Amino acid sequence: MAIKNMFVKQKPKKIKYATIPSAAAKQDVPEGIMQKCPKCKKIMYTKELQKNLHVCIGCGYHYPMKAHERIEMLLDEGSFRELDASLSTANPLQFPDYEEKIAADRKKTGLNEAVVTGVGAIDGRRAAFAFMDSSFRMGSMGSVVGEKITRAVEEAIRLHIPFIIFTASGGARMQEGVLSLMQMAKTGAAFKRLSDRGGLIVSVMTHPTTGGVSASFASLGDYNFAEPGALIGFAGRRIIEQTIREKLPEDFQTAEFLLQCGQLDAVLHRKEMKEKLSFLLDIHETGGDRR
Amino acid sequence: MTGLEFEKPVRELQEKIAELKNFTSTSDVDLTEEIAKLELRLKKLEEDIYNSMTPWDRVQMARHPNRPTTLDYISYLFEDFFELHGDRAFGDDKAIVAGVAKYRGQPVTVIGHQRGRDTKENIQRTFGMPHPEGYRKALRLMKQAEKFNRPIICLIDTKGAYPGKAAEERGQSEAIARNIFEMAGLTVPIICIVIGEGGSGGALALGVGDRLFMLENSTYSVISPEGAAALLWKDAGLAKRAAETMKITAPDLRALGIVDEIIPEVRGGAHRDSKRQAELIDEVLEPALKNLQLIDSDSLIEQRYEKYKRIGGYIEDTTGPKE
Repeated sequence: MAIKNMFVKQKPKKIKYATIPSAAAKQDVPEGIMQKCPKCKKIMYTKELQKNLHVCIGCGYHYPMKAHERIEMLLDEGSFRELDASLSTANPLQFPDYEEKIAADRKKTGLNEAVVTGVGAIDGRRAAFAFMDSSFRMGSMGSVVGEKITRAVEEAIRLHIPFIIFTASGGARMQEGVLSLMQMAKTGAAFKRLSDRGGLIVSVMTHPTTGGVSASFASLGDYNFAEPGALIGFAGRRIIEQTIREKLPEDFQTAEFLLQCGQLDAVLHRKEMKEKLSFLLDIHETGGDRR
Repeated sequence: MTGLEFEKPVRELQEKIAELKNFTSTSDVDLTEEIAKLELRLKKLEEDIYNSMTPWDRVQMARHPNRPTTLDYISYLFEDFFELHGDRAFGDDKAIVAGVAKYRGQPVTVIGHQRGRDTKENIQRTFGMPHPEGYRKALRLMKQAEKFNRPIICLIDTKGAYPGKAAEERGQSEAIARNIFEMAGLTVPIICIVIGEGGSGGALALGVGDRLFMLENSTYSVISPEGAAALLWKDAGLAKRAAETMKITAPDLRALGIVDEIIPEVRGGAHRDSKRQAELIDEVLEPALKNLQLIDSDSLIEQRYEKYKRIGGYIEDTTGPKE
């Protein structure tokens, strides 16, 4: 310390206390009863949010939805018959810790895999459905996801009904390696089969739809839709930024961005989803069917 | 010749033999006997090393800068290759070469990823990583092949589809998805051969067909070993381990029922003798094409569908484990 400073009165150090709330505490204002929007921070009653189809009352943020919540939201009550619930994950590559991860997600989500498939109806019009669920292994596509979707498409062919899929997936399931890559070919071939028989295919991309899922069936609908704000793309943002060495715009790879690029037929708010799907099922029912 | 790490013992012995030969020819001492002994040892060493390559060794081989590319093989395998350009919508992607040619006198359409052989060419060809217009060019020419009833031969050699802003804006996902979808339904035979790296969806977009062959030291994977290591273990340095765990080599894919046949490579890798390697490809290609051309198009599409339908490993409660 310099001598001239020796007589300067030192301010007593104030000790400041601050509680840093844990991430969980930030998110859920009293657990279960109320919800805080991750985007606009509005606090809402959970019941209120559910009634609003899991869309934020303040900013319109579309919360991710569980497969069963979508079934409830879209399909006629009691019309859904699930398919292939007995298919479950193997560990074909003997990948370390894979079974444990699957078991943990099964317990956490109550699902047996990242997609629920079946036959149901919207306003009395039947279709085969696949609902992906990002709460299970980020909705990633392994052999079970590929097989279940393929079988649901085959069911659509068998019953001469349309096929509607809601995608939500981070892409391929790393732990199933090249087998998961090949599910892109398997599902793609099944879509082609249904399409060649004149079958209607609708794809609704929800947050997130990326990698191998975006580069296969998600992009293969006769109609390709997306929910507002959904992240949709092939390559990851970080990899692209590293490759082109520039910062990407904030809205890059969002549904709205892709709509502008001409990659989507429409961005559909959850509130109009059922009505629009119902309309398409209607015009395709009354329209020409080659089968 | 650029050598790889695991080949070092071979290289050292080769150098030693060369040295001794040189010595024999310039001095009075005759070392012919020693040289013969060493050459015998070299042969055995080569056998040992090249027969026990690890997945990571194969990754290095598949990426070897001198490894023959699509255009190299085209020049050996086909007569009169006529390259055709453009997707008729946006541009011409040089990361994919495509055109018509004759194979043993018969018209075919040939399509393949094309890496550059030096930095300048690599920049032009975006390191063999296609943009959507590349896939759309490929699809355009596949449809043309279908119209004129020509078989299609695809050579696969890419790290993956190009991860860029423009590629996303123009629909990289859609372009890949569309190719998979359309290839599943083409009425002409499609033979796909992985000649180097088969990287993810970018490879699969030229990879749906009636037969899939892999060169012995090529790889086919959902993600690069480096990418897998970074994603799974947050450490790209564990790529070597990922190469093993992810099962990406030709023998792995054969065991998984994805690859129909492995095309053997010239000892020490395809780059040692690309002409001979082309002959080895030819030996597998010729009978495969002949067989496929006997099948009517409906059955062809049906069999192609079944081929992909079978791939996957899952458990079905009623029938027990299924592979």
